[in-house]
Amino acid sequence: MNEGMLAACRHEEAFYRGTMERQPQISLTVNGQLYQLPAVPGETLADLLRKRLRLTGTKIGCNEAECGACTVVVDGEPVLSCTYPAQRADGKTVLTIEGLAERGDEGVKLHPLQEAFVEHGAVQCGFCIPGQIMTSHALLQRNPEPSSDEIRRALKDTLCRCAGYPSIESAIQAAAHTLRTGEPLPPPDVKESGDGHRVIGHSHIRPDAIQKVTGEAIFTDDLVFEGMLHARVKRAGVPHAILRKLDVEQARALPGVVAVLTAEDLPGVHNHGLIVPDWPIMVGVGERVRYVGDALAIVAAESEAAAAAALDLMTAEFEELPVVSNPVQARRPDAPVLHESGNLLKHIKVRKGDLEAGFAAADVILEHTFHTPTTDHAFLEPECSVAVPTEDGRMEVYVGSQIPYSDRQQVADALGWPHERVHIVGQLMGGGFGGKEDIAGQIHAALLANATGRPVKLLFDRHESLIVHPKRHATRIRVKLGATKDGRLTAVETELYGDSGAYASLGEKVMGRATTHSVGPYEIPDARSDCYAMYTNNPPAGAFRGFGVTQSAFAVESMMDMLAETLDMDPVALRRKNALRIGSTTSTGQELRESVGLLECIDKVEAEVRRLIKQDEASHRPQGGPDSVQSIFAPRPVPGAPHKRRAWGFSAAFKNTGLGGGADDKAGAEVHLFPDGKLEVRTSSAELGQGLVTVLQMIVAEELGAPLSQVNVLVMDTDLTPDGGPTTASRQTYVTGNAARLAAQSLRQAIASTLAEKYDQPPEQIIFADGTVRVGGRSLPLAEVYAAMHSEGRQSYAVYEYRAPATKPLGQGGDMHFAFAFAAQAAEVEVNTLTGEVRVLRIVAANDVGQAVNPLGLKGQIEGGVMMGLGNALTEQFIVEDGYVVTDRLARYRIPSIVQTPEIIPIVVEHPTSEGPYGAKGIGEIVSIPTTPAITNAIYNAVGVRVDSLPVDQEKILQAIKA
Amino acid sequence: MNLWKQYLCPKNVSDALHALTSAPPPVSIIAGGTDLMLDLQQGHRAPVHTLVDVTDVSEMKALEIRGDELYVGAAVPINRVVASPLVQEHAQALVEAGSLIGGPQVRNVATLGGNVAHALPAADGMIALVALDARAVVANPDGERRVPLLDLFLGPGKSALQPDELLVGFCLPLRAPHQASAFERIMRTQGVALPILNLALWLARDDDRIADVRIAVGPFGPTPRRALAAEDVLRGQPLTGAVLAQALDALLGEARFRTSAYRATADYRRHLAGVLLQDVLQTAWQRAE
Repeated sequence: MNEGMLAACRHEEAFYRGTMERQPQISLTVNGQLYQLPAVPGETLADLLRKRLRLTGTKIGCNEAECGACTVVVDGEPVLSCTYPAQRADGKTVLTIEGLAERGDEGVKLHPLQEAFVEHGAVQCGFCIPGQIMTSHALLQRNPEPSSDEIRRALKDTLCRCAGYPSIESAIQAAAHTLRTGEPLPPPDVKESGDGHRVIGHSHIRPDAIQKVTGEAIFTDDLVFEGMLHARVKRAGVPHAILRKLDVEQARALPGVVAVLTAEDLPGVHNHGLIVPDWPIMVGVGERVRYVGDALAIVAAESEAAAAAALDLMTAEFEELPVVSNPVQARRPDAPVLHESGNLLKHIKVRKGDLEAGFAAADVILEHTFHTPTTDHAFLEPECSVAVPTEDGRMEVYVGSQIPYSDRQQVADALGWPHERVHIVGQLMGGGFGGKEDIAGQIHAALLANATGRPVKLLFDRHESLIVHPKRHATRIRVKLGATKDGRLTAVETELYGDSGAYASLGEKVMGRATTHSVGPYEIPDARSDCYAMYTNNPPAGAFRGFGVTQSAFAVESMMDMLAETLDMDPVALRRKNALRIGSTTSTGQELRESVGLLECIDKVEAEVRRLIKQDEASHRPQGGPDSVQSIFAPRPVPGAPHKRRAWGFSAAFKNTGLGGGADDKAGAEVHLFPDGKLEVRTSSAELGQGLVTVLQMIVAEELGAPLSQVNVLVMDTDLTPDGGPTTASRQTYVTGNAARLAAQSLRQAIASTLAEKYDQPPEQIIFADGTVRVGGRSLPLAEVYAAMHSEGRQSYAVYEYRAPATKPLGQGGDMHFAFAFAAQAAEVEVNTLTGEVRVLRIVAANDVGQAVNPLGLKGQIEGGVMMGLGNALTEQFIVEDGYVVTDRLARYRIPSIVQTPEIIPIVVEHPTSEGPYGAKGIGEIVSIPTTPAITNAIYNAVGVRVDSLPVDQEKILQAIKA
Repeated sequence: MNLWKQYLCPKNVSDALHALTSAPPPVSIIAGGTDLMLDLQQGHRAPVHTLVDVTDVSEMKALEIRGDELYVGAAVPINRVVASPLVQEHAQALVEAGSLIGGPQVRNVATLGGNVAHALPAADGMIALVALDARAVVANPDGERRVPLLDLFLGPGKSALQPDELLVGFCLPLRAPHQASAFERIMRTQGVALPILNLALWLARDDDRIADVRIAVGPFGPTPRRALAAEDVLRGQPLTGAVLAQALDALLGEARFRTSAYRATADYRRHLAGVLLQDVLQTAWQRAE
């Protein structure tokens, strides 16, 4: 101990002798129970609750006081526990989500707020829900009858990325009503699908909803294993360089550090990647760093603090190289070359007809270039993996992943093991939206667990999550349209540049979808599209809800409005005239033979907007009297605010369901009948909040005549569930839904034939209903059915591997996709002409979903999709400057809050697709795609400013208004 | 490394001052902690040995009329400031500014003291206090002094408060008849949660003339200042379009608006200054009727 430290210690001693604090203790009441705990230096209330009391219902979404997920109620007031020093809670009373329900002898009785969140479908991924409920609870305590405005003010900073904000609001209103009056909970306002199924088409709550409102739901970071170590990753921190030297010896020597690994220590393959293995697991000395998030070394330590301290002790030396910061620059001949194959990841081409002839036939030709920024999924649960070595020499990886079998393969390859030696144990996912398809910490956690022989948790903080994982592609899209005077499209040419960042990820596929959808949902005789998906030194870009079509729809739908204005034509009429319909051929040469509900979507949205405008006129009595001959897109003044203008804008979209392009699109599912009569459906397909588990539960209940409560769903486990393929491309309701349906049907047949034989009845007279099987006057509960199967030596489960209809690769014509979803949306905006500020007031969203399977879940998907589209238009911009991430905290990357939520009017259109389960097709992405152009078209209609670069910039709007 | 080792919760000013001077250094005051905790957690500030939590210091929690002044303790959470009938009566600009600080959960712990002590050039609460002519009450081992608020700022993020000093509270003049205040701000939907521009204004009205006025704009320059030239133009004048235009000219003449990347250009700020001045002046004028 040196002189200085000695002096400091003496000082400290003297201080303790002289003043108020001795052995510091915290005494606090949590959920009615008094705790006396020793104070821990540097501890936050969130850490105390989560780590010491194991009350893991309180979630950490950002750890920077932005997202509200960690909200708990202290002495009656909601506070953010992530930035609340634990010692401040001394003497205080804390209520967490775990303390809300009443736990009596006859089980758990949910608080009305919890019940309302469940019943109103406000729960999706569930990660934000404890924060939502605690914030709402504090609100209702002081204001038992809050207005919509008061709810929005109270929940302003309690973010939900599934963004079922309207459902959250209606749940709070419903709970408030029940708490005030003691009356039963008012039901949600959801239209059921009238199609004659017993279960399908009717609203059902999620099987995991109750756990998600009580705080019992376990996400990966809530797991703790005996002897578990904490991992961290040393990131390059430079965008483009050769790693010249890496010194980790000091870090290795730090007390508490158990292992430090670098590229030299890799036992298996050196790269990972979903399609192209071009992403180094760790960059070795002499190798190339391609973005700031590249891993150089990984550490496992006894504590999070030791792991973090170890990172600071590692030193790296780089030979820094010029940075490729955008895809246009990347394609220039003099650009630095980032990969051996060059900077071009893929040149994607679409060719239809004779483009020159098409433009020659046009009376009007328009051309314009659009820009869209990189955006981040900002799922509220940051990435977390826990790798656990097992006694029999295998590796378990606990993780919320969108593609468990791909994780298994990539982790095993990195370990140099056969794939079967790795077991991915899927966990609840706090949102994914495409951002949890690429492997994140799984490999690093497994390498460290393998090296140490101990469980290892690798949790990203928000900062790391923002920097590391693949984003939505930034694009530059040029569109050239040719049309006749009467509005018939004759030719469309598009050219796209996509910023795929440092590694391939799903860039080729994403930009492929952007390209094949870049001419919009229209029939065009002559079309040509070229796309250049380029490597740059930016964070990689990959899958993100909409899969490229979000970007190209913004471009082409803006163009359609520009064309309508040039032709002096109604924008809806222009779209209707060219809309894809049965018999149309897409730009890739696919003839549409069924399930094209686009025209109905367009008609219904237009009719609804008309109805709303009429309603407004009736209630407002505008100056000058009724003026219904005006276009629905005419700008309208705002009474009492002459500087504000309102208008509606329109857009349409389509999006493929399933992988398409010749991929073997298959999914496996099993349906089991157990001795106690319970059913279980199993598949590795992922539940990320979107509601697949409800859909699968409903399908099995439908097919086997069982109540939903009798059907369990097991997903995302590579030992226990068959491969459902990636949860991407809006494919799971269709593909895994079909697998579950067919597996259930096959189990049903097995049961019917067994019972038919046993009771000597014709199989077709055996009825499955009410959780029983009726055969020859008997009504057998499923437990007895199991016994009958067992005694006959019959298998009590069925497996089905479903293969979707074959598709053709791009360039070969024919069916590139087996189904498309269609949509139209209208947005009403209000623009402040003094400041340029834009507010979205209402969105009408019609989606052709084939068949609504669960209308309650569908409503949540529509609300969330619209809000994600709104964020894409107005709030979100992931900024990278010369390879360095500027928006590296949630405080700098804004996702929409409840305050920005417009009234969302969902319309469900059902044009069934013959192969889809009950006619259903994918809905996860289509709901989000038309929102951005509907908003920007509305801005144009309001103030005459064309937004061709996202996000909408209020300063630019103002400049343009003034110009 | 722990972000702090020792956490002290003094109950009165003298204990708090004692802690500041005698606890093992480095020592930092923590009030709401909504900024400080982030600075520590994100490494913008080195870990400290001692945090002195002042939220339980009785003098700093008080909010009351003292003689002819409104006293607001520096550690009163913003939500209580905003909900206080006294503040609503005497300091409307502070209510309007306070209800825009952070989000609801943040306001339940954040304090005006923190808002001022961080010395940022556009902190909403601070801007309102400047227009309301607040004095800061600062305690140190030698006693207590009252400081005009603007004297607390040395530069962006640099406060004049000394390490052994405690910002205890704020004294605001009571509102007399025909006096009023107002506050507004304009944000950007993307990026950092800092205002593009805010403006607080207090005025005394003498029938159809502005008898007296104070204007604070954030960010006006590297440190908060009042728009004195604009105030001079307005003082003694009726509220007409011409006077307003002249006042705006004066304000733009003395403001040092700058361009902040990804937030706003100086030009946009100049434009918004006009929008805000007109709006806020109009509101205060009507309130002072």
